[in-house]
Amino acid sequence: MIEPLLIDPELGSRIQFGGTLSVHIVFAALSVGLAPYIVYFTYKEISTGREKYERLRSFWTKIFAIGFVMGTATGIPMSFQFGTNFPAFSEFAGELIGGPLAFESTMAFFLEAVFLGVLLFGRERVSDRVYVLSSVLVMVGAWLSALWILIVNSWMQTPQGYELIEENGVTGLVLTDPIAAYFTPRLFWMYVHMQNAAVISVTLFVAGVAAYFVWTNPDSEPWRGTLKLSVGVLAITSIFQVIHGDMYTRHVVQTQPMKFAAMEAIYETKEGAPLHLLAFPRSLEDLTDPRAEELFTVSIPYLASFLAEADPTGVVYGLEEFDVQNPPVAYVFWSFRTMVFLGFWFIVLGLWGVYRMRKGVLFERGRYLKALLASIPLGFVATIVGWYVTEIGRQPWIIQDVQLTSEGVSQTLTSTQMTISLSAFAIAYAILVVLFIRVIKWIVDDELERVLEDDFERVEQERTDDQAPSGSGEV
Amino acid sequence: MTTNFPIMADVTRVDTVLFGPVVPVDEYLIPWLPELWFGILLFTLGMYVFLDGFDFGIGMLYGTREDEAERDLLLSIFGPVWDANEVWLVAFGTVLFAAFPPVYASLLSDHYLLVFAIVFALILRGITPELREQRDEPEWVRACDRGFVVGSTLSPFFIGTLAGSWVFGTGTIALPSVLTGVAVVFLSVASGAAYVAMKTTDTLREEMVRYGLYAAAGYLLSVVVLLITVFLTDPLGVRETLLSTPVLAVVLVTVVFLGIGVVAATRDALEVTWWFYATGGVAFALITLVAILLYPDLYPATGTTVRESIISPLALNVLTVVVIPVLFLVLAYFRYLYTVFSGPVEHEDGYGTSD
Repeated sequence: MIEPLLIDPELGSRIQFGGTLSVHIVFAALSVGLAPYIVYFTYKEISTGREKYERLRSFWTKIFAIGFVMGTATGIPMSFQFGTNFPAFSEFAGELIGGPLAFESTMAFFLEAVFLGVLLFGRERVSDRVYVLSSVLVMVGAWLSALWILIVNSWMQTPQGYELIEENGVTGLVLTDPIAAYFTPRLFWMYVHMQNAAVISVTLFVAGVAAYFVWTNPDSEPWRGTLKLSVGVLAITSIFQVIHGDMYTRHVVQTQPMKFAAMEAIYETKEGAPLHLLAFPRSLEDLTDPRAEELFTVSIPYLASFLAEADPTGVVYGLEEFDVQNPPVAYVFWSFRTMVFLGFWFIVLGLWGVYRMRKGVLFERGRYLKALLASIPLGFVATIVGWYVTEIGRQPWIIQDVQLTSEGVSQTLTSTQMTISLSAFAIAYAILVVLFIRVIKWIVDDELERVLEDDFERVEQERTDDQAPSGSGEV
Repeated sequence: MTTNFPIMADVTRVDTVLFGPVVPVDEYLIPWLPELWFGILLFTLGMYVFLDGFDFGIGMLYGTREDEAERDLLLSIFGPVWDANEVWLVAFGTVLFAAFPPVYASLLSDHYLLVFAIVFALILRGITPELREQRDEPEWVRACDRGFVVGSTLSPFFIGTLAGSWVFGTGTIALPSVLTGVAVVFLSVASGAAYVAMKTTDTLREEMVRYGLYAAAGYLLSVVVLLITVFLTDPLGVRETLLSTPVLAVVLVTVVFLGIGVVAATRDALEVTWWFYATGGVAFALITLVAILLYPDLYPATGTTVRESIISPLALNVLTVVVIPVLFLVLAYFRYLYTVFSGPVEHEDGYGTSD
């Protein structure tokens, strides 16, 4: 009776993993991107002894702490899914995948968790120097963690350093060259792109929060500084991301032409292919089944070929070349478009801010602060859709050209189990996200009171300043 | 493995060797390296059961406190260390994956729903104290408190159930696995009480001693009932092992540790630290029992042995060279963490970030 309501284990496993990843990536990016800000504010607090840095350190550390707890809560279920939902993959490629994951937990995760304890609770118990060092070690932990995770992922995109063997009728991969396996050519591109994406996401978050406080009180000293800092960082990192992203794409073209074909919705192989900068659907059908030629596009002729092959007439392979049934083009194509569009928007925001800063009107209430406020979630959105391009673009492969996703998924998992776990995840993660947003709002509300007080103090100060000379004159 | 991509064939398999091999490729660094990794695996599990165990225990004892100040005190006792303690579970999971991938795959996929039950209990336990700090509304605080106690009770129970099912090769709702869950719950309360007693000075300490003694008795009882059940039902032919000298020795050691704990707990405050160490001894005795029962069949349900499920020599050598030094480093900063936060806790410390 309820059969039609139950979800297929393979599809369910993919949705579950993708769904948990989409939530986890936000907290992971928050850790990675916020860590440098924490280090900066902690260092400034200790070195200048100024109260405003203590306040900023305390505010952002609170958000970091709740983000870290959420990141752990959403990350542990993700890592367990390798075993629960993709055991065939885990067994098949365990030698290549398990090592880096163990390195991550022992080298990076412990470091981050131990020194976060010192950072959160140890202000009165450790020396200033150790306190700053703790913030640095938390950052090292977060960045190293991301490195090992991306080592795993980039190996799955461009596997090397292994051999395929068959023993007692069971096939499996054996590690033959650890250096090659851990440091694939993809790693550099992925790591730089992801870490910068995390920094941009958090910078937008920091800038948005600062814009909110500056809007409420343009004279709040700590938040004026934060706004200036974050706008500067945004201008630099967002421009770098687009330049770097372009070079990364070139790498994808060379190593995963099928993914590139899906990113550009190119079905037929052609020479001298144009690059579609912007694309809009003409009909609903284009949303679910985009074909580059049939969309309304703003394109530059020959550019795709030029980017792919450094030759305007170079060959760009279309999806027809690959033996794939129903490639998930729509997700990849529109995710990629969204990411690129947002990337350009971040540059606009950054440059607009720098321009206003130079004109000396950065703190004035206006459209710019509103735009920053509205852009708070967009960095995370860009990061999530970026991962969709990477992960869905690789389908049907779980390990590019080595193992199909359908071969890696659990053979014993039933539809009932899948449906139960997927529903539980959907509910639990939705609750987690709502709770997180609520807590952030509370932390912001608490700070808001202080920001308003900043003003009172200043007004108070001015009043006494005004009265002081006249008063002394009379006596 | 259907690869019919003419374009791709020569692109993805570029095996660039940057350096020569730093570890032997075709033989283990030492002949008993697989057994060493079996030991490391159980060591990470032991650290988890001991360290996060006392967090769980404090979480359950938290349910017995009505006084707001005492509740805050309990939270501040484990606040600085629990994040780090919990990582031992991740370390255990990834070491199992890295060294014994087939066992990792079978254990997790065979216990599909139980694994997620553990995960959700851990999430509940992990986020509630952090959330509680963020708002003063009584209803919010009460809801978080409830979630915290429930999560702290269910986590060790489900983890113990999984361990029982793994070791005895029974299903998850069989008596031996459920009894293992109960034993782990009691053990957690015992270490939690000892840890709180170590960190406090006044009447709270005396009450903790009482709870600690009950929990120790409960632990001993549940382990004895568990062993008798397994002996009688004999699910995987371990009856002989249960009567062997190592097992009896471990049971004896457990009783000795429990005895030391009881003596230390009922004497003056200075000896409370010994009580806490004794509960650690009990936890590691339990893990030793698990080790004896698991060796050499790392996955008893299918009879997969340590040697059959270990990764190939090169991969294991790399794992050894990288992870073992790092583990010593980890132990060093755990020592540092516990030194920084040693001594009695003051009420003002609170949980979470101070303003």
